[in-house]
Amino acid sequence: MEKKTITPVDVIKKIIIALVVIVDAYPIFWLFTCAFKKSSEFVTKPSFALPEGLYLKNFSEAWTRGNMGLYFRNSLIYTALALVFIVILSMTIGFAVTQMEWKMKNFFADFFLLGLMVPVATALLPLFQIYNNTGLTNTRLCLVLTYIAFGLSLSIFLVTGYMRSLPREILEASVIDGCGIYSMMWHIVFPLMKNAAVTVLVLQFFYKWNDLLFSMTFISDSKLKTIQTGLLYFENEFGTKDWGAIFASIAISVFPMLIIYMILNKTVIEGMTSGAVKG
Amino acid sequence: MKHVLGNKKAIALFVVPGLILYVGLVFVPVIWSFVYSLYSGTPGLSWSFSGLKNYSKLLIDSKFHESLMVTIRYILTTMLGMVVLGLALAMMYRFWLVKFKNLIRTITFFPVILPTVAVGQLFRKIYEIQPNYGLLNSILDAIGLHDLVQPWIGQASTALGCLSVMDIWVSVGFYAVIFYGGLIDIPDDIIEAAKVDGCSSWQMFKNIIFPLLRPITITCLVFAFAGTVKVFESAIALTNGGPGSATTTLSMYMYNVAFEYRNYGYGSAIAIVIFLICIIGTRIIRFFDVKEA
Repeated sequence: MEKKTITPVDVIKKIIIALVVIVDAYPIFWLFTCAFKKSSEFVTKPSFALPEGLYLKNFSEAWTRGNMGLYFRNSLIYTALALVFIVILSMTIGFAVTQMEWKMKNFFADFFLLGLMVPVATALLPLFQIYNNTGLTNTRLCLVLTYIAFGLSLSIFLVTGYMRSLPREILEASVIDGCGIYSMMWHIVFPLMKNAAVTVLVLQFFYKWNDLLFSMTFISDSKLKTIQTGLLYFENEFGTKDWGAIFASIAISVFPMLIIYMILNKTVIEGMTSGAVKG
Repeated sequence: MKHVLGNKKAIALFVVPGLILYVGLVFVPVIWSFVYSLYSGTPGLSWSFSGLKNYSKLLIDSKFHESLMVTIRYILTTMLGMVVLGLALAMMYRFWLVKFKNLIRTITFFPVILPTVAVGQLFRKIYEIQPNYGLLNSILDAIGLHDLVQPWIGQASTALGCLSVMDIWVSVGFYAVIFYGGLIDIPDDIIEAAKVDGCSSWQMFKNIIFPLLRPITITCLVFAFAGTVKVFESAIALTNGGPGSATTTLSMYMYNVAFEYRNYGYGSAIAIVIFLICIIGTRIIRFFDVKEA
């Protein structure tokens, strides 16, 4: 390598990179600073000013009076239940349509992928009608079922990509060693599909945790609401003046995502760059 | 081998539960939606078969036209912004970044993972003018551009643009990562060879990189299209369709028609239009893929 001298072009590049990072990160940073401000600080100082101290009352306000604690728990229950089933079902279906031997497997592989094309809004009214007639609106069950059903297509799509590259020899060896289909699935396939499972889990977690349309349509009982619906109507609860509590509740809803992302970001980004999504 | 992988019972056990959910809650409702669209009124109340009346009503409903235009304008600007900026960001990762590569990639991916409603609420505060200046206005004010302080999401002329900017901000990191996956697949030799041959950066991009990225660009466009066509959450969280109907998208209009005016049949007809736009749009994008293959 020849010796590097800093040219004006390099400086411009650095400035652009810095700008990009600021544009992406600053609003999130700002959100967290605002969550610690007293209401009066919003009036007396420009809103980009740093907080005077850590005013934690915002969080307790949001958690109790704003019901964020309750909504948070609800969202966690719906999301966790749906994720367990989505992962299991997409694994078994993914395995069945790629590696197992039956006549209709290609048909079903395509059939499940059709769901990728369906805009949620198109299915919404009939679904509401179904749940209304069966008395399932305002139950945890209807939301979990919907989440699973609408998570399947994308998950199966991702999983089949991984399943196709599953080496046939390993499956054959396991059969010779006396594995039946269920023990093969449990001892061979699932452990080898860890990456696929993580990719599906993470992507679907973001989708389910984010859902608004289904939860605001099917759930009107405020005890069962999710964190997203709760957040949407937060201003009605606190009025537009109480910025601190509003920011605190936004921060609460953002927090789990940031944590999960910090832990798993390598897997997520690698999973996305290395194949399945590229089509 | 065959008796294990051909085990009918196991196949049934593996496929049927998911199939039932999928058919019952995704597939049937879509078809049902189509049937609904041939009726007018609300099921159980004034529910009568009306043939294609709902569809002819679409032709003269000015509110529908408005929301259709809002949706199309939103799709075009947002999709283009996401994909073009995503590509630019990926190029930056690949060719400009030397230090802190992973850190910067991690940070620029942050917005992707935030909940839509939270982002909507956050941007509401960023754009705010009353009772206090939000982030944007207070920065403009502080650097002496007081003339530019305005109710960003409170006036029809800027509201839709603000919505686009927000959604581009959220998604750009996602597309950057997908493009980056394609960029690292391009062998260094090719790029070095082009440099030796005296290729300028722009020529390199136009003649080497972009053609190689073509399939990924198509995938990104499809993703972006599918993501923008059903715009609902972000619009409802940022502006709730307003001011007036400046940011009322098709899915929002459908929602209002069905649940506020209680007209399920007409709402379903709009839902079918959304579905058709989705299918046709994807076909058009795919068409560019086939052309050169």
